[in-house]
Amino acid sequence: MAWTRQILRVNLTEGTCIAEPLNMDWANQYLGQRGLATRYLVDEIDPKCDALGPDNKMIMATGPLTGTMASTGGRYSVITKSPLTGGVACSNSGGFFGAELKSAGWDMIIFEGSSPRPVYLNIENESASLEDASDLWGKSCWETDEVLHAKHQDPQMRVACVGRSAEAGCLFSAIVNDLHRAAGRSGVGTVMASKNLKAVSVRGTLGVGNIKDPARFMESIAAGKKVLAENAVTGEGLPALGTQVLMNVINEVGAMPTRNMQEVQFEGAHKISGEAMLEPRASDGKPNLTRNGGCFACTISCGRISTVDREHFSVKEKPQYWGNSGGLEYEAAWALGSDTGVDDLDALTYVNFICNEDGMDPITFGATVAAAMELFEAGVITTANTGGVELKFGSAEALCWAVEQSAVSEGFGADLNLGSRRLCEKYGRPEMSMTVKGQEFPAYDPRGIQGMGLAYATSNRGACHLRGYTVSSEILGVPEKTDPLATEGKAGLVKAFQDATAAVDSAGLCIFTTFAWSLDDISPQIDSACDGDWSPERLVEVGERIWQLERDFNMKAGLTGADDTLPERLLKDAAKSGPAKGKVCELGSMLPEYYQLRGWTTDGSLTAETRSKFGLPA
Amino acid sequence: MKITFKLYATLQHLLPRAAVNNAIEIDVDDDVTLHQIIEQFHVQQKDAHLVLINGTYFDHEARDQTGLLKEGDVVAVWPPVAGG
Repeated sequence: MAWTRQILRVNLTEGTCIAEPLNMDWANQYLGQRGLATRYLVDEIDPKCDALGPDNKMIMATGPLTGTMASTGGRYSVITKSPLTGGVACSNSGGFFGAELKSAGWDMIIFEGSSPRPVYLNIENESASLEDASDLWGKSCWETDEVLHAKHQDPQMRVACVGRSAEAGCLFSAIVNDLHRAAGRSGVGTVMASKNLKAVSVRGTLGVGNIKDPARFMESIAAGKKVLAENAVTGEGLPALGTQVLMNVINEVGAMPTRNMQEVQFEGAHKISGEAMLEPRASDGKPNLTRNGGCFACTISCGRISTVDREHFSVKEKPQYWGNSGGLEYEAAWALGSDTGVDDLDALTYVNFICNEDGMDPITFGATVAAAMELFEAGVITTANTGGVELKFGSAEALCWAVEQSAVSEGFGADLNLGSRRLCEKYGRPEMSMTVKGQEFPAYDPRGIQGMGLAYATSNRGACHLRGYTVSSEILGVPEKTDPLATEGKAGLVKAFQDATAAVDSAGLCIFTTFAWSLDDISPQIDSACDGDWSPERLVEVGERIWQLERDFNMKAGLTGADDTLPERLLKDAAKSGPAKGKVCELGSMLPEYYQLRGWTTDGSLTAETRSKFGLPA
Repeated sequence: MKITFKLYATLQHLLPRAAVNNAIEIDVDDDVTLHQIIEQFHVQQKDAHLVLINGTYFDHEARDQTGLLKEGDVVAVWPPVAGG
C-alpha cells in the first residue's frame, strides 16, 4: 500500500471538506504526487480555464514514500495550472509539511472553487475544517506561521502558506512551508492566494504504517541510505557545501548566465560561491554558513542555514534579520547574483530571506530584476519608473530595494511582479526576457551546456532545470560524462532524464538522491512499500506516461510545438568567453530527433498511436 | 611555465596557505602531465573527478598526456560534486 488511499476534497466556494477514496487505477498508472495529481487535474479542469479563476484547481499531493523512513521521503508537490506559463505547474517542496500531511492520513488535498473570504485549512488527522483567516491576510509567510502556531498551541504543527506578494497577484509567488522550504516555481502561490486560501496547517499523528512488506522495505531503505552515505556527492559534497558547490564549477565551464544572459561567465562568482559561504567575514569572524540542514527523513542534508553580517547595509537597522534562516541555494545565488551582476554575498542572503518571508520564487525574481536592469541600462526604464533608484547591473542597493518593493507589490514592485516576459512586453522589448513559455531560466546557459537547451525548450513547465537535469552528465560526470558542447545523443539523454525524474517526483523522494541512486536503487524501496510491480522498467514507463500527460495538457491549454524554443539571444548571439566562446545553442539540431523519440509529429503534436500506447485520456 | 592551479569543494584544504580564492600560481615543467600536478597537491586520483583546463574537461586517460598545457593556462579540480 503506502498510499493512505484517501484524499481530501476542499470546496472553497461551498466551504466543505469531504474525504473520498483515492483512484487506485490511476495510482497504478501514475504512482503518486506529480504524476497522480496531474491525472486528477487533467480529469477535473478545462486546460483553457483562467489559472487565477475559480475553475482552476490546486492539488497538494504526497507520494507513496512520503512520510516513510526512506531517505528524503518527505516531499510533496503542488499541481495546478500556472498563471505564469498557462501550462501545467508542478512545484516540489521538502521540509516537513508533506510528511505531516501523509501522517494525518491524506495522500492529497484537492482545492476547488474560490472562497468568498480569506480562510485557512486546518487538518488534525481525519478532522479538516476551513477557518477564518481575515487576521492573517496582509501578513508575511513568517508572521502567518507564527500566528497559527500560537493560535493552535502545537509546536509540531506544520504550515504551508502564501505571503503578501501572492495576495497582491505577483505571478511568481511560491507556497512556503516550514518557513524556508517552498513549492517555488510557476506561481503556484499566486493560484492559492487567488482562491482566498492563506494557509494550510496540518498535524498528523497516524504515521504511515501500511507498508506492503515491512521487512523488505526496511532492508531496501537501509541499503539505499548506505549508498547515499558512501557516495562522495550525497555523503560529502552536498552536506558540506550544498548546491552552492556548483557556483565555481558552472562559471569555470563557461555556462554561468550573467547580466541577463548577455555573458556566460561572472567575474564575481567566487565571492558568492559555496566556498565563500565558509570563509570568516571581517566584522565578526563568523562565516555566512552556520550549518547545514535536512528535510524530513533526509540523510543528505544539503540545506543551508545562514546569517547576514549585522553590519551590512541591508540589515543594519533591522535586527529581525540578524538570526539564522534559510541560506542561499545555488539557484537563488545565481539568479540574485550573477544574473544581476551583484557579487555581495550578504545582500544576496538578505534578498533570499525576503523571498522566503514573503514567498517569491528567487529564480524568477532575480531574472526579472536582471531583465529590468537591462531595460534600465538601455534607457527604456528610467528613474521616473523606479522612483529615483539607479537600477544598474551590479548594484546591491538596487537589488535589495527591488525585493522590498516586490514583497509588498509597491511602486515598481508591481511591474517586477509581472515576471520578465510581461515586464519586457509592457516596455516594448520582449526580446530582453530570458524565458521559455513565460518562465525564467535557471542557472545553466545552454550555449555552454547544449543538452540543457533542449531540456529547457521542451520542459512542460517552462524553463526549468528540474525536469531533465542533463548538467549531471554533461558537466558533472554523473552517472557518466558527456561532452557539453556536443549535440549528438542529447535528444535521448534529455528524454531519459525527463522520464526518470518524473518517476522520482511521483514517489515522494528528492531528486538529489539520483546523484547516487539509479532506478535500480529506488525500485526496491517503492516495490516493497506499494502494491503492484514497481520494477525499474515500470518506473521508466510511468515516468514517460507522466511526461506525455503533461504535454497533452499543455497542448490542450493552447501551447504548441512553436513554444518549444529559446530566446533569440541564446540561438543567435554567441557566447563571449570560456569553452563555448563563439557558440550558440544548437536547438534545431536536437529537437527533431527528440520529437521522434517521444512519438510526436514533426510539429510536436502527440500522435494517436502515442496517446494509445500510454493510455492517455481523451 | 607558469599556470594557475585551483582546488575546490572538499579538496580546498589541500591548497597552500598562499592560495587566494581557491587559486595559486605555480611553475611547472613544459612536459608536465595533469596527473603530476594533481599529485603534487596530494589529491588522490579517485578524488580528482573533474579536471578542467580553461574550463574544458580532460578524462583520466588524457591526464597522463604531456603537451596539454601552455603558459597562463588554468587547471581546476573538483571531487565528485553535484547540486541543482
